Amino acid sequence: MLGASPVEAYRLIVAGALGQPERVAFVLSAWAPLLLAAAGLLVTFAAGLWNIGVEGQVLLGAVFATGALRALGHLLPPPGAVLLAGLAAVLGGSLWALLAGALRAYGNVNEIFGGLGLNFIAGSLTVYLVLGPWARPGIASTSGTLPFAPSLWLPTIPVPPLEVPGEVFLGIAAMGAVSVALRGTYFGLHLAAIGRSLRAAHLRGIPTTREMLRAFAACGGLAGLAGFVLVTGAHSRHQLFPLISGGDGFLAILVVLLAGRSALACILISGAFAAISMGSLQLPLAMQLDSSMGGVIQSLLVLCAILLRGLRARLVSREG
Amino acid sequence: MRVELRDIHKSFGPVRANDGVSLTADAGTIHGILGENGAGKSTLMKVLAGILQPDRGEILLDGAPVRISSPAAAIRLGIGMLQQDPLDFPSLSVLDNFLLGSPGGLVLDRRRARDALRRLGARFAFALDPDARGEDLTVGERQQLEILRLLRLGVRVLILDEPTTAISASQRGQLFAALRAMAADGKVVFFVSHKLEEVQELCDAVTVLRRGRVAGEAAMPAETGRLVQLMFGQEPPRVTRARLPLGPPVLELADVTASDARLTLEHVSLQVRAGEVVGLAGLEGSGQRLFLHACAGLAPVTRGRVRIAGRDLTGRSYAQFLAAGGAYLPAGRLGEGLIPGLTLTEHAALAGRHGTLFVDWRAAARAAARHIGELHIRGTPRTDVQALSGGNQQRALLALLPDHVSVLLMEHPTRGLDLESAEEIWRRLLDRRARGTAIVFSSSDLDELLARSDRILVFSGGRVAGPLDAREATVERLGELIGGKGV
Repeated sequence: MLGASPVEAYRLIVAGALGQPERVAFVLSAWAPLLLAAAGLLVTFAAGLWNIGVEGQVLLGAVFATGALRALGHLLPPPGAVLLAGLAAVLGGSLWALLAGALRAYGNVNEIFGGLGLNFIAGSLTVYLVLGPWARPGIASTSGTLPFAPSLWLPTIPVPPLEVPGEVFLGIAAMGAVSVALRGTYFGLHLAAIGRSLRAAHLRGIPTTREMLRAFAACGGLAGLAGFVLVTGAHSRHQLFPLISGGDGFLAILVVLLAGRSALACILISGAFAAISMGSLQLPLAMQLDSSMGGVIQSLLVLCAILLRGLRARLVSREG
Repeated sequence: MRVELRDIHKSFGPVRANDGVSLTADAGTIHGILGENGAGKSTLMKVLAGILQPDRGEILLDGAPVRISSPAAAIRLGIGMLQQDPLDFPSLSVLDNFLLGSPGGLVLDRRRARDALRRLGARFAFALDPDARGEDLTVGERQQLEILRLLRLGVRVLILDEPTTAISASQRGQLFAALRAMAADGKVVFFVSHKLEEVQELCDAVTVLRRGRVAGEAAMPAETGRLVQLMFGQEPPRVTRARLPLGPPVLELADVTASDARLTLEHVSLQVRAGEVVGLAGLEGSGQRLFLHACAGLAPVTRGRVRIAGRDLTGRSYAQFLAAGGAYLPAGRLGEGLIPGLTLTEHAALAGRHGTLFVDWRAAARAAARHIGELHIRGTPRTDVQALSGGNQQRALLALLPDHVSVLLMEHPTRGLDLESAEEIWRRLLDRRARGTAIVFSSSDLDELLARSDRILVFSGGRVAGPLDAREATVERLGELIGGKGV
């Protein structure tokens, strides 16, 4: 249909993603924000919440991290400034998520609509900051703020033959922590109960509002950390630019949708998504196909998986 | 038109909603369908209106068997049903609602419809503004609109399902006059109700349903006592049971007014003492649930005081009710009481609040195993509560109660359970009572209410009668109060 062999396209994607160590490093740095956002979404999904606002929470994390680095980069030793920027990103993402949570809990606004609205606001905020207060001296360009010095970048850790970006370990650690929290803590059990039946959870004496707000805050915090990684990551652009999240939040929603409640599946699927995104950058060069084919392939995968799940559910209910 | 239903059967899963119901209604009569909640009245009428398909049985119109496959087919045969909650479109105008479902071409003829609406409305003294919006109408007006719409569609058999639940007294008068006029026109009116007085006032004949079967038929006027007996059955044999010495008051309501979206309870006062059992009688939705919710902090109390175990909890949250030693076991055992999808172990973990960060899964599994052993729950600690039978779910709920409960509020403790399970549940409950728990429970089983309660409150449309001493109460007296007589 497109005048190109799909098999060839897949081969190119794989080669483009994993062909050379540098390319693998790029895949890994694209993987980290997905991991972090997906880890956050596991928390809200456990409580049956559709935190569509995760995209905006990533953006707010990037904004807070940039703000902290701009303010503190010259005052503190670099590791201290980066650490505080990370904490600021967690704070920014959490607050943005709590806003969606409060709208849901107290304003009776469904978190999907609240989140969508907040996403737009967050996107506009990045544009405003990049063009306005944080514009590069002399020029106001949408290409981004002044890049940070290499001392403020996250380090890479050599794992021969690769240079693994440090943020990948952050992402894996976040996945692990979320997995343990959901399985082992009362917080996780409460969220599971809320996700199954809000009404029954309330009548069982679970403080449902508080736990839902906590879930939003946790998810927003991790999404904020994803934003931090997008600014400071080893292979990032080391600057804030408009809509820096580039759909990572939404992609993470797809990851969690596919993975269900499994952290391991999240890790694998987000890795595959990162590889497809990076690998598809090779398509235009080799096959005169647009690199957005990567998105098409991802979306097809998701649709197939959801369709399969729907069919399975239908079969089960028919038997039952 | 003469309507005959023959041997109608309709089951929902294991529940036999209609189990061989037959009745006949002649043209020009108002036929009452009387029965308790869950007796099968609505199911039967929905079968006649084409909303439900019977599993078995026959419908005859003027002696000719018909198949009614959908509400539209029913309308074509001249049968229309006014739902309990009139189904209209709030954002459309009265006129457009009136036009809905009209046969005809592509183009709406609003002018003719407007004339028809005015003409029909004048005939039954229904004053409806064609240009008002549906959402601005009262329930009574929406009903009138729906009746006019059905009449315009040529309905000759009109079914009304509990039409007087939410309308004013004057609207009720209008409605009854209109129904009489329709009957005089030769139409058949089916009037579904649980209110004895209304059936006696309006109907020419009545069929009483009980547990999906015809309990009896009567030409009106009929004696109240006979109708009550048909509705509720014979007096149960009295159980003699030990009277316990009662403790201090643990649930006190003083002049409480509370309301939810549907009902308002006004000026309710009650004192329940430790070790006492109070039953709440009434048809479903008469205010029992609102009463329990007001006690538990789940419904706002607008006036009066609520005290639990000596603590004033007026206006406090459900969490504080729990903290004061209260417990509430709702009617929905799964989805309200138990959390579908979680296991018995997970429920045990939720029940034991330890204030630690991590769940002690071993202790929770041990607790679940203990519950299973003590209450003979058929399952394992890892069984999803959804997989448990109703009786096992109820036992699990009892097992999950804290050791000390001062006031236990409970809805339908034994609904849907077999006799043995029900007996077992009550053994557990009376055990609790002997340890000083006050029990307040609602039930639609008069036998259960009379056999288990010390005192009985009767709810009817949000009004409360009693408390009656259960030893002196009779099925007939309860039935009258439940039906709204003498409240």
